[in-house]
Amino acid sequence: MSSFPDAARTSLDDAQMRANVRRATTAIRARRGAAVAELPDWEELRDAGAQIRAEALLNLDRHLERLETAVAAAGGSVHWARDAEEANALIARLVREAGSREVIKVKSMTTDEIGLNEALAAQGITAHETDLAEMIVQLAGDRPSHILVPAIHQNREQIRTLFAERFGEPALESDPGALTAAARSHLRERFLSVGVGVSGANFAVAETGTVCVVESEGNGRMCTTLPETLITVMGIEKVLPRFADLAVMLALLPRSATGERMNPYTSLWSGVTPGDGPQRFHLVLLDNGRTDTLADPGGRDALRCIRCSACLNVCPVYERTGGHAYGSIYPGPIGAILAPQLAGLDAHTSLPWASSLCGACYEVCPVKIDIPSVLVHLRARVISERGAPPGERLAMAALARIFASRRRYEAAQRSARLAGRLAARNDVIERRLPGPLGQWLRFRDLPAPPEQSFREWWRAR
Amino acid sequence: MVARTLSGARAEILAQIQAATAEDRGDRPTRLDSGPESQSSDAIGDPGLFATRCADYGTPVLQASRDEISALVSTRFALRGARRIVVPADLPAPWRPPGVEVIADEPPLTHAELASVDGALSGCALAIAATGTIVLDGGQRQGRRALSLLPDVLVCVLRAGQIVPDLADAISRLAPASRPLTLISGPSATSDIELQRVEGVHGPRVLDLILVD
Repeated sequence: MSSFPDAARTSLDDAQMRANVRRATTAIRARRGAAVAELPDWEELRDAGAQIRAEALLNLDRHLERLETAVAAAGGSVHWARDAEEANALIARLVREAGSREVIKVKSMTTDEIGLNEALAAQGITAHETDLAEMIVQLAGDRPSHILVPAIHQNREQIRTLFAERFGEPALESDPGALTAAARSHLRERFLSVGVGVSGANFAVAETGTVCVVESEGNGRMCTTLPETLITVMGIEKVLPRFADLAVMLALLPRSATGERMNPYTSLWSGVTPGDGPQRFHLVLLDNGRTDTLADPGGRDALRCIRCSACLNVCPVYERTGGHAYGSIYPGPIGAILAPQLAGLDAHTSLPWASSLCGACYEVCPVKIDIPSVLVHLRARVISERGAPPGERLAMAALARIFASRRRYEAAQRSARLAGRLAARNDVIERRLPGPLGQWLRFRDLPAPPEQSFREWWRAR
Repeated sequence: MVARTLSGARAEILAQIQAATAEDRGDRPTRLDSGPESQSSDAIGDPGLFATRCADYGTPVLQASRDEISALVSTRFALRGARRIVVPADLPAPWRPPGVEVIADEPPLTHAELASVDGALSGCALAIAATGTIVLDGGQRQGRRALSLLPDVLVCVLRAGQIVPDLADAISRLAPASRPLTLISGPSATSDIELQRVEGVHGPRVLDLILVD
């Protein structure tokens, strides 16, 4: 996998994508700002959200056990999966046992994370995405580029071409209304006929065994209500201790995610209900790197994430590179701290550096994840576990020697000053230089060093 | 049934969590239950605010007295060209609209049959003023979830006394939610295509609310 800088260099050249992403993030930022400004107690709400999530993580085992008991009492089945492979094998088995060779899916990043669709396909099971954007991405053989609006990198013409071909409607218009209507009829068939639904979960309440799905389109309701069998795949970190906690989380999520007071549909259910909805419910609790992440006190706050994407929408780096450059299902600021911890630092060595540390993400995070601090913490972990690049190590060792002696320090200062004055034009060092310093100077200007250091001036006065 | 297929996984995951957090959780007890301060609230929501919030979603809130309900329901369905509607088995007789074919969901319709009716009429459990939300819990006068999902037009009747001020009040009233809950705030929508909002994706494309004092 290419490093973030390499991938970013490529995506920076994609003017269409950049325009799409910039338009999208600018619009969502404005809506979020308006929605948040309406609430005088927004900061208290954030504090409450942070506390609830932090406390849930510290006692995760107890809450998961309670969740399991409550779901079982309500007629559901709970399964545990250590990794993607286990989860996929388990889900494939459950689908086969339900007698089906296809499933309808609600958008779930967790299922993207484990590569569920591909794993099911390998078992001869077709997974039909029903979220409009996920369906677009699936039909186009593409990958999602944003947590909330996965097809934001595509414009209406590209989508029209795709639908016209795949739905066999050459006369299809390209306005979003027509495209959406085409998707509606195409998917209605599926909703009414497929016997197994697969969903993720935004939250699951330990106290009552209640699973919660937050959505706008209605396909979530379709997939969690109509099929006979429902399988919900959930990262273990999503558990909330108490039913009352939903009041805080459901107040934070819609405003942070889409800038709405409340999203169109929120579904809550526990287990099965006779005569209403699926009569078989399976909850798959997924680890897949979460317990590893939990084990690092400096990084575990990333697990608080409620997948609102507010950090993506405010990030100056994401706005320019788009989501694909991060090489992970989770892009943007949260992706930069979550992906290396879930998949292992070796899989995403460059991501902790995919940031200017401006801190805008921290300011908008509804559960107050201090993303810049976690980024710096992960940078330190990468360096200490993998070692710094050889040039950097030599440079640091040399600097340590120089700083340890005043004589050497002042000598080094004099020669650096001389070199700097040679490199400067009009009192600024702008030109390209070789070596690591040259790399650093590619995007930054240094003022030219003065003729005398302060101490020299002091001694001579 | 608690599945023990991969009981190794369960034990391992729990053990890893305990090892990961043992040092940091200390002896602080964790609050497991919702607690007294979140006990069922009596607060009443403002119908005017509710109507304003619904208007923001383009969802009309129409006022009616008890006697006017069935006529108003009938008008709304006629306006939408809905001639066959499904209703929960316990729909109050005074709500039954004239001029449309009313089908009770008892015995339950198949999904295909539900998809072929033009509309549905339902009550609700409660409504939230601050966010313009109605909450269905499958209780009285609501029927199962598919009723409010498949038909294209949904008319919902609520009393002013069912409106609570905000989400926190609603959550405390609804706990412990033994039946499935559906929170509906406006019509379904997507902004997935160029971020342009399109309403009516899946689920009813029309939602009309009738508020009875």
